[in-house]
Amino acid sequence: MAMFQSLPSLHVKHHKNTAEMASVTMPVPAEVIISMSQHIGAPCQPVVKVGDPVKVGQLIGDSQAAVSAPIHSSVSGKIKAIEQVFTPRGAKVEAVVIATDGEQAMDETLKAPEIQSAEDLIAAARACGLVGLGGAGFPTSIKMQGNKNGGIDTLVVNGAECEPYLTSDYRQMIENTDLLLEGIELVLHHLKIEKAIIGIENNKPKAIEKIRAEAEKRGTRLTVRDLKARYPQGAEKVIVYESTGRVIPEGKLPSDVGVIVMNVGTVIKLAHYVQTGIPLISRLVTVDGGAVKEPKNVWVPIGTKIEDIVNFCGGYNGEPAEILFGGPMMGVSCKDDQASILKNNNGILVFNEKEAKMAAETACIRCGRCMHACPVGLNPAGLDRACHAEDREALKKLKVNICMECGCCAYVCPAKRHLVAYNQMGKQMIK
Amino acid sequence: MTDRKLLVSVGPHIRSNASTTSIMGDVLIALLPAVVASVLVFGTRALLLEVVCVASSVLFEYLFRRLLKRSNTISDLSAAVTGLLLAFNLPAGFPIWMAILGCFVAIVIVKQLFGGIGCNFANPAITGRIFLLIAFAGQMTTWPTANSYISGIDAVSGATPLALIKEGSIEALPAVKNLLFGIRGGCLGETCAIALLIGFVYLVLRRVITPTIPVVYVATIALMSLILGYDPIYMILTGGVLLGGIFMLTDYATSPATELGKVVFAVGAGIITMLIRNSSGGYPEGVSFAILLMNILCPYIAKLGHKKPFGGVAK
Repeated sequence: MAMFQSLPSLHVKHHKNTAEMASVTMPVPAEVIISMSQHIGAPCQPVVKVGDPVKVGQLIGDSQAAVSAPIHSSVSGKIKAIEQVFTPRGAKVEAVVIATDGEQAMDETLKAPEIQSAEDLIAAARACGLVGLGGAGFPTSIKMQGNKNGGIDTLVVNGAECEPYLTSDYRQMIENTDLLLEGIELVLHHLKIEKAIIGIENNKPKAIEKIRAEAEKRGTRLTVRDLKARYPQGAEKVIVYESTGRVIPEGKLPSDVGVIVMNVGTVIKLAHYVQTGIPLISRLVTVDGGAVKEPKNVWVPIGTKIEDIVNFCGGYNGEPAEILFGGPMMGVSCKDDQASILKNNNGILVFNEKEAKMAAETACIRCGRCMHACPVGLNPAGLDRACHAEDREALKKLKVNICMECGCCAYVCPAKRHLVAYNQMGKQMIK
Repeated sequence: MTDRKLLVSVGPHIRSNASTTSIMGDVLIALLPAVVASVLVFGTRALLLEVVCVASSVLFEYLFRRLLKRSNTISDLSAAVTGLLLAFNLPAGFPIWMAILGCFVAIVIVKQLFGGIGCNFANPAITGRIFLLIAFAGQMTTWPTANSYISGIDAVSGATPLALIKEGSIEALPAVKNLLFGIRGGCLGETCAIALLIGFVYLVLRRVITPTIPVVYVATIALMSLILGYDPIYMILTGGVLLGGIFMLTDYATSPATELGKVVFAVGAGIITMLIRNSSGGYPEGVSFAILLMNILCPYIAKLGHKKPFGGVAK
């Protein structure tokens, strides 16, 4: 297989309980709250007013900023309010609240775009509000512009899905294989990229086999690379290295080493938009955890509240103790179940008391486990000490900026130090 | 909407099962075979010393942290490990009150005054032993008879094998078989090579330690023996080489975490051990001083062998 040495990684219990649960679509909730900040970059401004009727797919938020992505209504109904809400990370943003009418009437102006050139494809990615659906939420059109000078020779499609519990990417790879290959061909053809590599962890043999067989049938210029099922294979720098052997230097982007990385869900949505003209208004979410009655993979309208999704999944199983947006390694705790789904939310985990329980933090015993676990070769214990000493020079020297916050260090730490949090603080200190 | 307040915590939201307590518990389990051997070889007096040292170490840690209004750390079991290791470094007939004093030095002075677990610059047990060796040289070198708990091996009394080698009384040395089963003069926990090796295998299998430090240390001792004209088998199986190499040089806080650092550290300890054993000075044994000296050098050695961060650009 790979001709280069693998990066350090962890065996974390997979918990892929929902892997064989085919995706289902939930009914439209009574109300959706669509945040105007659904991506990395400038938030959108609402382009609708309270009282306006809206249809499915209608533009409701937009921005003139370069790094941004427009936002569309996921439902039909009436604008109930435009108000401030908290993002899962605690910042305040504007959100459009829509009372749904249950009709789900489509916006008649929507039509499939004509794609003749790279510019057309990039414009389409922007127009449909596409962002990285694997978790980061980086506007896809910006990524695609990286090949203006023709330096990119490889499309890396991220199908690793290394976070425990999450299976939404896996379901899409199995259920929408045609769209996935269609999307890969679109990107290769129009952006004039030589080849594509899809990296999939080898705990998903069905997806590997199906994509391999169908890519061969269609003649897609795609290599399927089965990755070891170890965390964090799906981190951008890691999957680029594990599938191409290329190292993204500090402070650089994949495009600097000739690579564009797209999550499987993003590629599928791009192909779907090009075929149907329906913008990004819903997404597949894995709902799991001990405090939810019926774990499922659910297609939900963007802006649906956690509470509504959990109710669709049979409701709470006992008392929920912690609710996460995303996987257990890099996901974010929500303060309540009124938070709504963003474009980049790939999972909702509802943990019970036992699953949420966290041992108390104790003193570092200098065992070195964190250092050996770090995929990018940092010394997290040293960073912990530098952060507490507010030693900015040491933080810079130890390269806190390279940390991708994957959580391997804190996962293995026997003293249960909050090493990721200290690295986040350290990054702020040297800004 | 749920009425209950939800936990809002920083990621990762799942953690491995390993904890400081589980690691120290594994070390205690790895020391058990040597506890059994010490009782077989030196009788119940050995067990008494071990119990007293563990109990007084835990008590000193508890009282000191209470006095300073700090969080209680005795449940991490590190004080128990220190107590047991210190007991292992004493002769079986050692006075109880002196042993308790040694535990005070180890826990309060060497460990807690420097900030507690993870912050001590030297191994508490080995420093406690050195304190006792200097303060009570006579009692620390009075060796009781080793029982021949296995038929066919004669009981051995008096001087330790290393002292015999130093005196040149080669003909009086116990057979290698005696050394493996621990039937020789020496400290409580150091004599039975088989028991210590079982502990070593356990620690490696449980991934508490990597084999690097013990293996490199023993290899260095062997090489130095050949250079200095000693029998390597005797140099490895006598004194505290196995006890020190497996359980004390590998102490996390006082040994380097990188592989290169571990190699340099263990080679250094091996050289110092053999130079002291070979010197014309009074000490027949050099393991303790070698560990302490390398502990002091550890912060410098620990800088070696760090990986270049992935994609890092030097500035």
